[in-house]
Amino acid sequence: MNYRLMWRKAVNGVMLGLTGVCALLAVSVLFFILGYLVWHGGKALNWDFFTKLPKPVGEEGGGMANAIVGSAKLLLLASLIGVPIGFFGGVYLAEFGGRTFAFLVRYTTDLLNGVPSIVIGIFAYSIVVLPFKHFSTLAGGVALGIMMIPITLRSTENFLLLVPRSLHEAAMALGASKWKTIATVVIPAAYRGVLTAILLALARVAGESAPLLFTAFSNRFWSRGWDQPTASLPVMIFTYAIAPYEDWHRQAWAAGLVLLGLVLLTNLAARLVMSRGMSARRS
Amino acid sequence: MIIVKRLAMLALLLGLGSAAQAQGDPMLVNGAGATFPYPIYSKWFDEYHKLHPNIQINYQSIGSGGGIRQLLAGTVDFGASDGPMSDEQLGQAKVKVLHFPTVLGADVPTYNIPGVTQELKFTPDALAGIFLGKITKWNDPAITAPNAGVKLPADDIVVVHRSDGSGTSYIWTDYLSKVSEEWKTKVGKGTSVNWPVGLGGKGNEGVAGLVKQTPNSIGYVELIYAIQNNLPYGQVRNSSGAFIKADLASVTAAAAGTAKSMPDDFRVSITDPVGKTAYPIASFTWLLVPEKISDGAKKKAIVDFVRWMLKDGQKFAEPLAYAQIPKEVVEKEMKAIDRIQ
Amino acid sequence: MATVPIAVERAGPGWGPRTLLRRLRSGDEIAHLATLCFAASVILITTWLVYVLWVNSALPRHKFGLHFFLTSVWDPIFDQFGALPFIYGTLVTSAVALLLAVPAGLGAAIFLAELAPQRISDALTFVIDLLAAVPSVIYGLLGIFTVVPLLRKYVQPFLHSTLGFLPFFQGPHYGVGFLAAGVLLAVMVMPFIISVSREVLLAVPVDQREAALALGATRWEATWKVIVPYARIGILGSVFLALARALGETMAVTMVIGNNPRISASLFAPGYTIAAIIANEFTEATGDLYLQALIELGLVLFLLTFILNGLARLLILLTTQRGTAQE
Repeated sequence: MNYRLMWRKAVNGVMLGLTGVCALLAVSVLFFILGYLVWHGGKALNWDFFTKLPKPVGEEGGGMANAIVGSAKLLLLASLIGVPIGFFGGVYLAEFGGRTFAFLVRYTTDLLNGVPSIVIGIFAYSIVVLPFKHFSTLAGGVALGIMMIPITLRSTENFLLLVPRSLHEAAMALGASKWKTIATVVIPAAYRGVLTAILLALARVAGESAPLLFTAFSNRFWSRGWDQPTASLPVMIFTYAIAPYEDWHRQAWAAGLVLLGLVLLTNLAARLVMSRGMSARRS
Repeated sequence: MIIVKRLAMLALLLGLGSAAQAQGDPMLVNGAGATFPYPIYSKWFDEYHKLHPNIQINYQSIGSGGGIRQLLAGTVDFGASDGPMSDEQLGQAKVKVLHFPTVLGADVPTYNIPGVTQELKFTPDALAGIFLGKITKWNDPAITAPNAGVKLPADDIVVVHRSDGSGTSYIWTDYLSKVSEEWKTKVGKGTSVNWPVGLGGKGNEGVAGLVKQTPNSIGYVELIYAIQNNLPYGQVRNSSGAFIKADLASVTAAAAGTAKSMPDDFRVSITDPVGKTAYPIASFTWLLVPEKISDGAKKKAIVDFVRWMLKDGQKFAEPLAYAQIPKEVVEKEMKAIDRIQ
Repeated sequence: MATVPIAVERAGPGWGPRTLLRRLRSGDEIAHLATLCFAASVILITTWLVYVLWVNSALPRHKFGLHFFLTSVWDPIFDQFGALPFIYGTLVTSAVALLLAVPAGLGAAIFLAELAPQRISDALTFVIDLLAAVPSVIYGLLGIFTVVPLLRKYVQPFLHSTLGFLPFFQGPHYGVGFLAAGVLLAVMVMPFIISVSREVLLAVPVDQREAALALGATRWEATWKVIVPYARIGILGSVFLALARALGETMAVTMVIGNNPRISASLFAPGYTIAAIIANEFTEATGDLYLQALIELGLVLFLLTFILNGLARLLILLTTQRGTAQE
């Protein structure tokens, strides 16, 4: 072997090794985050965390029961707004979309997907909080709902397009109208894919705190109905983490663990639904 | 499809549930504002809720600036601030806003210098110099001169201030404007100013958090935040030339002069007062209540709370290191409550 | 609210009795129209959003004009608002993030696309997709309690003593600041770079690599000199996508940036980003001009991400289509 070739082989080895290190690094970040949260959050988690209301400032103990319920309510509202628009919008693009208008919808959806969450917060504040004169669960739900639309819409479209054309044609040949074909053949076939999309969208907005700061605001008590401010897990983590109290830090870790656990589990569930039902790969 | 249906059902159930609850529901009164009195406020609202289970007062400490803003925008039922509203802000309000002093508190310079456990003494010039960015090392003569015997490091000073609109900042800058001509012209006083140096922390909580975490830092917080977090805080030289530590007596002394000459709208500054034992960076903190509250039940709840706070509530102040409102002022406030319609 | 009757009027001509009857003959038209409405609402919402941002930022736009972008004083007391420190902070933190995340992300993507066996690659990609799902506020939490102290105690003193002659690594070691925000952002955007770059690399036709290997190139040479250049536009697209995310990222940055509207060359210094100042000051801006200046910042952020996202998608589309066109 000449010197030149040895050099090239060495570079080959080193560089390929480095790419492996990069991959390892990226993957280990997740395990670091998980490990750290389990370590700190696990110690802090107790029954009170899930059942009690927060204590007055500086007093130890209490929990985040209201924030957990608050987050659930916000997600429910968000799905009520985001899922129908995203789902039917996706059906439109996959089944009816013309050229120009469909392009416009696709383009705007991608645009909306890229809008920073804090800007969505400004929007929700302007259209819900100001007119109603209330920080409210509703406003927070609207903000999160808007964020869910683009994810649900584009994935629904993708999954519907993955349904083989032959299924369409078979149904049409049997005399079914187009919408009947869609409702009874296409959507059931893509059902798992769409469910995955919705779960992923939920997981994404579940961790959002920026748009909630000035929409859902926060609440030390239970938030009743939909027109009162509400606590939510991500906002609580933010407030507790930047504060000086040790006990709040402890609870922030616990909340972080719960939130991350929920988000990752939802992601896992989504994959599971996906891998069981469809062999087609996402684009 | 099934999911959509299930979601709709769930929503319906939850909706019905909350509607049914609404009948015998506790009433929620929303307030927001200052973080300076947040420890005592959250204690009060907690105690008050125990006495009156059907009233919940949700107070969010978003800063005095936020309290004023959200009150003007009508998104909260009452606000709270440690800087009185300016004439301009009052002019913007659609309804007249009343100020009710609740307790007295103090801004203290709190620091985190590794190896220094003694109580530092600060002259007004030193504080102004540090926050103007002119004094940058801990061993600057302006700091060391009154602190003979304390070994201060040659490290850079990390200044921590508030990033949000804050009454604590208002008190601090109001004081610095009174003692430093340069501060007055360059920076001025207000709830959020254009800080010459430093890191910004959100809320008194955020500043205390940053100071606690950052070696060689100095910030200003309400007294209780320093006490609760075991942060050392310094003495400040008052107008009579004595170094005074912030405590109940020295803060009460600061208000003594103004107690008898309290203006009708309660908007008054007590920083840099005369008095040998007075702590120079103290202030009243105010609840901001609209003069007209259309919802009768809410109006009653707020009025009742203010009355309770001025009488029974005051006893919770001292354990949290806030000073009680002077008697003369309480009497005056009791009369002012009747102006709420 | 007032727009509803107008919309009906506009739709008027198409709703004549005869056309209506014909349309209703099959349910298709109803389904078409119904889904169309949902699709159109996306456009409506987005337009409304831009409209809200535009209308509510009229005051500072008229008062400051272009000066808004060129002045660096943010002084609510004297009603002076300049966006420069925030734009600067946003760009600097994003640049630091990309500087760290692009090489690492690209390396990982090459490993996943070119070297790792299919099953390992899929498993790792899954983990990296999970990483992308970690909420921003959790990155912030870890940022405050691990990244910031590490930077202050070890990284900053080290950089100071080795590269301290550069203006970027001078000044006191606060821990919080541009560097902390940049590091957090790097970790946050890396998953996006990895998964998009991997897709793009996988879309490169196999014959490209085979040709290079046949000519005697080592595996690394085939990857670096043939495949990566072939996919470069798509990789650039992934970088733009990451940049767009970094620019708009709010919570994690707000928690570690130091919240100080100042322009400094040193990465150790505290700064501020557009998203962070909106998060901190939006609820408490006391004057109308103040509030609207914040909304104008929101508009700026919107436009920045709008342009970057558009570019990113175009670039990714270009490469993946070129790749698949030959299949």
